[in-house]
Amino acid sequence: MVTVKFSASLRERTGESDLTVDAGDAPSVRRLIKLLDERFPGVGEQLSEGHSVAINGEIIADPLYEDIPDGAEVHFIPAIAGG
Amino acid sequence: MTEDPTTNTGFKWVGTRPIRPDGLDKVTGKARFGADLVLPNMIEAAIARSPHAHARIVSIDTTAAESMPGVQAVITGADFPDLKEAGAKQPDVFQAAKVMARDKVLFEGHPVAAVAAATRQEAQRAVAAIVVEYEVLPHVLTAGAAMADGAPLLHDDLITANVDPAPEASSNVASRALQQRGDLDAGFAAADVVIERNYTTKPVHQGYIEPHAAVADAGQDGRAHLWCSSQGHFDMRSSTANVLAMEPSLINVTPAEIGGGFGGKTTIYLEPIAVLLSRKAGRPVRVVMDRDEVFQATGPTSGSEMRVKIGVTNDGDITAADVFMAFEAGAFPGSPVGAAAMTALACYDIDNFFVEGFDVVVNKPKVAAYRAPGAPIIAFAVEGLIDELARAIDMDPIDLRLKNAAVEGVQAPYGPTHPRIGFVETLEAIRDSDHYRTPVAANQGRGVACGFWFNIGGNSVATVNVHEDGNVSVITGSPDIGGSRASMALFAAEEFGIDVERINPQIADTQTIGHTDVTGGSRVTLATGKVVVEACRELTADMCRRAAKMWDCEVEDVEWVNGHAQHASGTETPLSMAAIAAKAGRTGGPISTTYTENVRGAGAGFSTQLVDVEVDEETGQTKIVRYTTAQDAGKAIHPSYVEGQMQGGVVQGIGWALNEEYIHREDGTLDNPSFLDYRIPVASDLPMIETIVVEVPNPNHPYGVRGVGEVGIVPPMGAIANAIDRATGCRLHDLPMSPVRLLSAINDKNA
Amino acid sequence: MGRTHVSCTINGHEAEFLADAGDSLLNALRDEVSLTGVKEGCGTGDCGACSVLLDDRVTCACLIFAPEAEGTMIMTVEGLADAEHLHPLQQTFLEGSALQCGICTPGFLMAAKALLDKNPNPTETEVRYALAGNLCRCTGYDKIIRSVLDAAAQMNADQMNGASS
Repeated sequence: MVTVKFSASLRERTGESDLTVDAGDAPSVRRLIKLLDERFPGVGEQLSEGHSVAINGEIIADPLYEDIPDGAEVHFIPAIAGG
Repeated sequence: MTEDPTTNTGFKWVGTRPIRPDGLDKVTGKARFGADLVLPNMIEAAIARSPHAHARIVSIDTTAAESMPGVQAVITGADFPDLKEAGAKQPDVFQAAKVMARDKVLFEGHPVAAVAAATRQEAQRAVAAIVVEYEVLPHVLTAGAAMADGAPLLHDDLITANVDPAPEASSNVASRALQQRGDLDAGFAAADVVIERNYTTKPVHQGYIEPHAAVADAGQDGRAHLWCSSQGHFDMRSSTANVLAMEPSLINVTPAEIGGGFGGKTTIYLEPIAVLLSRKAGRPVRVVMDRDEVFQATGPTSGSEMRVKIGVTNDGDITAADVFMAFEAGAFPGSPVGAAAMTALACYDIDNFFVEGFDVVVNKPKVAAYRAPGAPIIAFAVEGLIDELARAIDMDPIDLRLKNAAVEGVQAPYGPTHPRIGFVETLEAIRDSDHYRTPVAANQGRGVACGFWFNIGGNSVATVNVHEDGNVSVITGSPDIGGSRASMALFAAEEFGIDVERINPQIADTQTIGHTDVTGGSRVTLATGKVVVEACRELTADMCRRAAKMWDCEVEDVEWVNGHAQHASGTETPLSMAAIAAKAGRTGGPISTTYTENVRGAGAGFSTQLVDVEVDEETGQTKIVRYTTAQDAGKAIHPSYVEGQMQGGVVQGIGWALNEEYIHREDGTLDNPSFLDYRIPVASDLPMIETIVVEVPNPNHPYGVRGVGEVGIVPPMGAIANAIDRATGCRLHDLPMSPVRLLSAINDKNA
Repeated sequence: MGRTHVSCTINGHEAEFLADAGDSLLNALRDEVSLTGVKEGCGTGDCGACSVLLDDRVTCACLIFAPEAEGTMIMTVEGLADAEHLHPLQQTFLEGSALQCGICTPGFLMAAKALLDKNPNPTETEVRYALAGNLCRCTGYDKIIRSVLDAAAQMNADQMNGASS
């Protein structure tokens, strides 16, 4: 199973705070976004742009093709820029 | 070389303090910064800028300017590709409009035209001869005013993002950021003490001493060469190409030495103007900003209005936090309010919070990143409020922070769980410091505050070459703003096991090194350092293979020790890098490799700072008497430059706390666009800044590195506000805490 | 309009250049004499990045009209070292990590030299006030002050040992 924790914005948008999916349904970030977009139409575009992903605590800046291991906890977080 | 950075203490070079490789050129005046390049046949430019904060451009007449002595080219917004008409995304349209206005000017200083002429004076005279007819519009200067009903609108197509349902009409609110957890009401109900305060801060400029400068040489083949000082020449290339609707690789950007950036040079201003003028004139063109242009038309970071409410139990458990922020983005969307929302409570483990921030456009220059963008602004508020709460429950402010500190395993406010972090260690370092153990003098006040910054990784490339003399070039694409070349040399020296003097670090241009992300986000020592380390490891493995060939033995019998290939049996004389390089042709070819990675695993940085102040109650002036900063660097590669980053961030914070602010007149023009009236700290304002480098290694980097460049600027304003409160009994909630404001508060208190 | 011919001594050598009446010495040094080690940070005398020694006085070159340099002796950062040796200040700045971006460094070196020429044994406070006209945004001044004090100590020791610096 993969647990997806929703950010506050996503929670507002979807009314859910998290989602648990079969690892097989979300083996990658790309597939996960597609799944979320099917469940909550329009959310896919929001998540594909300007978001990083944290998988088991590790922040990945350009995550679209990233694999998601079974048992992972996934957070979508706004992309961080520095100065 | 062990793989576990948490136990690796046996470094030979890393952790030492060699002279920085770029140092000799900098102390002899040879280093070439953005304005120092002179090309044959080069001409100079000047920019015509809006005198109004908000106006429609009715017409621009450049005919007089075009026929003036020495003038070679004149451009206006109409000479740029119309990205809006081409259907480009809104951020790209905004970026192009920032570089040069098309139909509206949105801040005083907004470029409307540019001239290239034989001399700068001739260019400036021609600029003065450009006739622009404006229809002046009402302007708005603060977030609150811009959000109010009936406020003048800067854009007619700005729909607030991240609001559900999306608004139908344009407004000045570009977006909303949100972080939320738990049950706010329950959290506040559980608190014994709840304090709520309103805060304001003003825009402050990064204050780099080098004004922006660029030299462009456009050829008839559609290519252009650009020299500019920046924090990221690949970003300069792609942004310039975007504005000019060019393929990025047609522009080659050579990084000049950069005279300070702090985030403010991660974006374009002059570059597309320089290229376009050069194209039109058929000659290289240099564009340099005057200091007043820098203040009027670049940076700054956001001014803000904030409201923070925090609840705490009598024994020091923070139970709830409610944060509202409105950040000025300047003329186009893009304030750091999102990062502020993520970092506002990141030092602490709080179960219930609601953090909401708005990105609001106003008629001021578009804000640019400034060292941990967003975090210092909200930290001023949060760290001040935590201090007020500590006093309310009669708890030591360090103990209150220790009790609620974020540690490994705690969920960060923005979602993921913290891995190993060093926040508590910085608090303890301050608590155990000589400064803290020294009693505060009677007429002084002491304040403490903390800060967090994520630090980032990102795309980096390193090419490493071993020369015939066994010396090494390390080539990367990261402009050096803090001493990173010294760190790259130390990494390579450590990996090869040779004297750091034998390493020559260079920063290559956009044609000759792979794409490298911006020098910012405290990423270079981590990310560019990692690719340097990996490239060096490839080469030591490669040189062992070559040695095996030279000895006609198995590669398993060869190890790399102290800069030499060594045969495990000890029967062969170790081969130096020069000896191996001498035979490179017959062992596989030149000894060179390139390593590329989108590096992840950045370790968060934390800082705790302590300050003693003395306030002159007759003038309101605050003197910084003693300052100590403790920061977790993970592993300090070059300790002097780690200390330098810590001290530099602190002093910028001191300026931000006590003096710096943009002062606008009623008509929206900037009253203090000079270093005389925009007062940054000078040597006589300050004591020595004591540094404690804490090292809690980042488990995700081969050397344990955490970024150090940014977090140091996050705590000072809160620490100083706390110290001033203890010294005077006056708690200020507005920045800067300048003599005028503090004196007024003191007089109110004494009245 | 005709340009003025200016003759002066720069870094120990005779020099001459042309200048318009309104040109600053800063522009003349950078553009006419190619001494780009003298930096422009503000052009209005507020930042000290263009500090040079003009007849042994530390001066912002941006506040001097180029024609005023006629007959003067000017030293810029390019004149601090000789072919073989750095000035002790340059050496201590390097060893003490007193520079990061380095744009303010030439100005600080000239101002520090002027200080040590007049006051070979300054206190920390005297150093801070003497350098208050030079802005640095990178370092927070700490390592700069230490390096100046180290150079003073070194130069005094050299003096006592009879070495020339």
